[in-house]
Amino acid sequence: MTQRHSFVVNGAPATADVPGATRLIHVLRNDLGLKGARFGCGEGGCGACTVLVDGRPEHSCDVSVEFVAGRSVETVEGLSRDGVLHPLQKAFLDEQAGQCGYCLTGILMRAKALLDANPSPTRTEIAGALDGNLCRCGAHPRILRAVARAAEAIRASRT
Amino acid sequence: MTTGGLPKPVLDHPLVSHWIAFDGEDTVVVRSGRVEIGQGNTTALVQIAAEELDLRPEQIDLVAGDTRSAPDEGFTTGSLSVQVGGVALRLAASAARTLLVAEAAKLLQADPADLSVVDGAVLRSGEPTSLTYWSMAPSVDLRQSVADHAAPKPAHARRIVGRSVPRLDLPAKLTGGGFLHDMVVDGMLHGRVLHPPSVSARLAGADLAGLADRHALTAVVREGSFVGVVAPREEQALAALADMQRRCTWSAGRSAPADPVAALAQATEEAVVTFDRGDVGAGEGDGFQTTVSRPYLAHASIGPSCALALWEDGHLMVWSHTQGVYPLRRALADVLGIPPGSVDVVHRQGAGCYGHNGADDAALDAALLARAVPGSPVRLLWSRGDELASSPLGPAQITKAHARVGGDGRVAAFSVDVTCQPYGQRPGRDGRPNLLSAALLTDAPPPATGDDVPEGAERNAVPYYAIANLRASKRIVRSLPYRASSIRGLGAYLNVFAIETLVDDMAAALGRDPVAFRVAHLDDPRARAVVERLAEICGWPGEAGEECGLGIGFARYKNQGAYCAVAARVEADADIRVSHLWAAVDGGEIVNPDGVINQIEGGMIQSMSWTLKEQVRFDGEAVASRDWESYPILRFGEVPETATEILPRPDDPPLGVAEASQGPTAAAIGNAVHRALGVRVRRLPITREAIASAIG
Repeated sequence: MTQRHSFVVNGAPATADVPGATRLIHVLRNDLGLKGARFGCGEGGCGACTVLVDGRPEHSCDVSVEFVAGRSVETVEGLSRDGVLHPLQKAFLDEQAGQCGYCLTGILMRAKALLDANPSPTRTEIAGALDGNLCRCGAHPRILRAVARAAEAIRASRT
Repeated sequence: MTTGGLPKPVLDHPLVSHWIAFDGEDTVVVRSGRVEIGQGNTTALVQIAAEELDLRPEQIDLVAGDTRSAPDEGFTTGSLSVQVGGVALRLAASAARTLLVAEAAKLLQADPADLSVVDGAVLRSGEPTSLTYWSMAPSVDLRQSVADHAAPKPAHARRIVGRSVPRLDLPAKLTGGGFLHDMVVDGMLHGRVLHPPSVSARLAGADLAGLADRHALTAVVREGSFVGVVAPREEQALAALADMQRRCTWSAGRSAPADPVAALAQATEEAVVTFDRGDVGAGEGDGFQTTVSRPYLAHASIGPSCALALWEDGHLMVWSHTQGVYPLRRALADVLGIPPGSVDVVHRQGAGCYGHNGADDAALDAALLARAVPGSPVRLLWSRGDELASSPLGPAQITKAHARVGGDGRVAAFSVDVTCQPYGQRPGRDGRPNLLSAALLTDAPPPATGDDVPEGAERNAVPYYAIANLRASKRIVRSLPYRASSIRGLGAYLNVFAIETLVDDMAAALGRDPVAFRVAHLDDPRARAVVERLAEICGWPGEAGEECGLGIGFARYKNQGAYCAVAARVEADADIRVSHLWAAVDGGEIVNPDGVINQIEGGMIQSMSWTLKEQVRFDGEAVASRDWESYPILRFGEVPETATEILPRPDDPPLGVAEASQGPTAAAIGNAVHRALGVRVRRLPITREAIASAIG
C-alpha cells in the first residue's frame, strides 16, 4: 500500500509516496534521481549500493524505505558540496583509482564511514573496512592508496 | 604519405570524413569504433586525436560505438584499441590537420611549413592569424583519403601522447553518474525477464493469467520460452518477476558431466595442429611434461547487464554496453527479422570484466520487451543470478606441455596441446546471432556452437623462447552442454601458465636459476630486458624463508603484443597469501603511462582472483553458482602490494597491453607456491584444499 515516507537525504528533506517495503535503492535512483547507489546483487553481497543511514553504512538494496523514515541518508551525491569534491573523491582522482568504476560510489561511502570513525586507518584497516565491497577490474591497490591519501588530507586540513 | 601497411580500420573507412568532423564551435567530433569497457581507451584515443590535431583534449568530442555515425571497427577486443584503433585514428586526425593547414596556406598565401596550430587556431611564424579550423571547415572537403594526407608527428614532437592524462570518464563515476544503468528516457518503463535455469531448458508450463493485473504491469511478454514483464516502476517489475518465477516450470536440461574438466580430458574430437616448426619428436634428451587445467569461470561484472530499447515507427533504438555495436545491430536484426538499417545501437558504459558478458544478450531481451510496447522505452536489467549464470562462461581448458632438453642443457623441443570449448562466440560468429534469448523464441533453431576464433584456444600456445622445434595444437570440444565464449586473454591465460610452469620445472631439474634459464632462451632483446628488469625490481631470488617464495612468469601477449614479466611473492601457512606482485612491461609506444600501469595491475589482481579462488559450480547443466557466496572473487583483505614498471620504447609502435599480465601472473603465483611449499597445483584454482591434496 502506498504511503508517504519522510526522511532526510544529503541534508535536505525528502519524501517518497511508495509502499513501505520498497527498497531504498529504488527510491533513491528512480524517485529522487540519485544514481550513485548502484545495483549489484540485491542481497547485500557486493557493496555497490552502499549509502550511509545516520552515518552507518547500509546496503540500500537490502533496506526498505520504511527503515529510513525519519532518518538521515547520505549518498555519494552529498559528498561534494558547492562543487567542491570531498577529499575522498579528490584522492580517488589523484590516484586514478578505478577502471570501469561501477564499484566506486559504494566504496566511497564505505570509506567515508571508516574515516569518520577512524581518521588514521592502516592499510589493513582500510582493506578490512572495504572487504564487503567487490571490484572486478582489479583497481584495489589504487583504491587502498586513495583512501589512505584522503585520510591524510583530512587530517592535514584539521591541523 | 604513410609508410608500411595501413591498419584495417583505415582500409575499411578510408576517408577523413569517416573519422573527423569540425562540427562544433571550438570542438572537433572524433569518431571511433572502440568502446570504453573500463580499460581507459576513451582517454587514450582522445589524447591521440588531440595530439595530431594540435588541440587540447577537452576540445575533442569522442563518439565511440554508435551505428548512427561511428565507423564499424567490429568488436573492442584483443587489446587492440590503441595498437590498431589508435593508430588508425592517429592517421585520420593527422590527415585532417594536413587538409586544414593546406587550406590555411592557400588563404594566407603562405608556406604550410610556416604555419602551426594551437588549440585549433592557425599561427603564421608563431603570430596569430584570423583563421581557425572552424572558420575554414565549411570550405574544406574531408571526403579525402586518410592514407594520402596522413603525416603523424614523430615521437619527439608529441606533447599530449605519452603523458598520464587523467581519465576523462572518472569524475562522473565518482559523483553518481557515467553508466548506461543511470540513463533515464522520457516515458521509460522497467523490464525484467525470466531466463531458463540452464542452456537447453525450455518453458514447460506458464500460468501467467492475472499476472498483469496483480502487479499493474504494462505488458507480459511470452514468445516461445522467452518470458518477461514490463512495468511502470522497477519494484513492480521485480515483484512480477518473482511471481512469474513461481508460476513457470521448465523442462530438464540435457545431462551433463559431474566433472566438466574431467569430461574435457576425455574428449575425442580431433586435434588440429596450429603451429609446427622443426620436428618436436626427433632428437635425444630428457623429456619433461606438465598438464594443467582451468575450470569454467564467470565474467562476474559487479553491475548486472543492462540495456535500453525503444521501438518506434518500425525502427529499433538500443543503448547497450556491448563491445561491438555493429555486430550486435546485425544480430538483433537477424533475430527480429528486420533489416539492419532499421536498428541502431549506441554504446553506453556498463560494469567491466574484460570478457564477453551478458551485455549483448541483455540488448536482445530489452528489444523483445520493447517490441511489446511500441513507443515506450524499456530499461532492462539482469539479476545477479543472471549475470553469473546466464552470461556466456569463460570455458574450462586443459593445456598439456611437453619439452625436451638437449645435451647442451638447452630446451630443444617444446609442444603445447590445448583442449577446450571454443572462444569468441560473440554475436555474428559463424553467421549465428549468439544471443541468449534468440534460442528461446518460437521455432528458433537450437543454439549451436561455432568454430573457435583464430588465435583463440591456441593463443600463446607457442612459447616465445628461442627453441628450434616447436609445435602447438588445439582440440575444440563441442559436446559439452555449457554456453561459453571469450574471457580475458582467451587461451593465453592457461597456455602461459602451462609453459611457464614447465620452464620452471626444467630449470629446477637442471639446477638452473629460473631467471637466468629464461634469459638464456630469449633471443629478443626486449624480452630479455623485461625479465631482467623484473628480477631487479622484485629483488630476485628473494629471501629463502620457510614457507614463502618468489615465482616469476613471462610472456609476450599473442607473441606480438606487449612483453610482460610478473613476479609473485607467496606466503604459505594455513592459507596461501600473495603478499606482493611486481610487473615489468614493454608496450612499445605508451600513449598514457598510468593507464597502462592500471591495466597491468588490474590484470594481475583479476588473474590472481581466477588463479586462487574462482570456479563455476554446476548442478547438471545449470550453473549453480549464482551469487557472490557460491562464486567468490578476490576481496580487499587479500590484495597484495603491487608495483609495475614500464620499459620506455617511445619510438616503437604501440603494443596491446590490456591482457598481457593475465598469464604471467598465474604462472608467477604457481611458481611461487612451488618454491614456498615444493608442491605443484596443476588443476586450478590453487585453493587450500588443492594444496593439501597435492601435498598428499
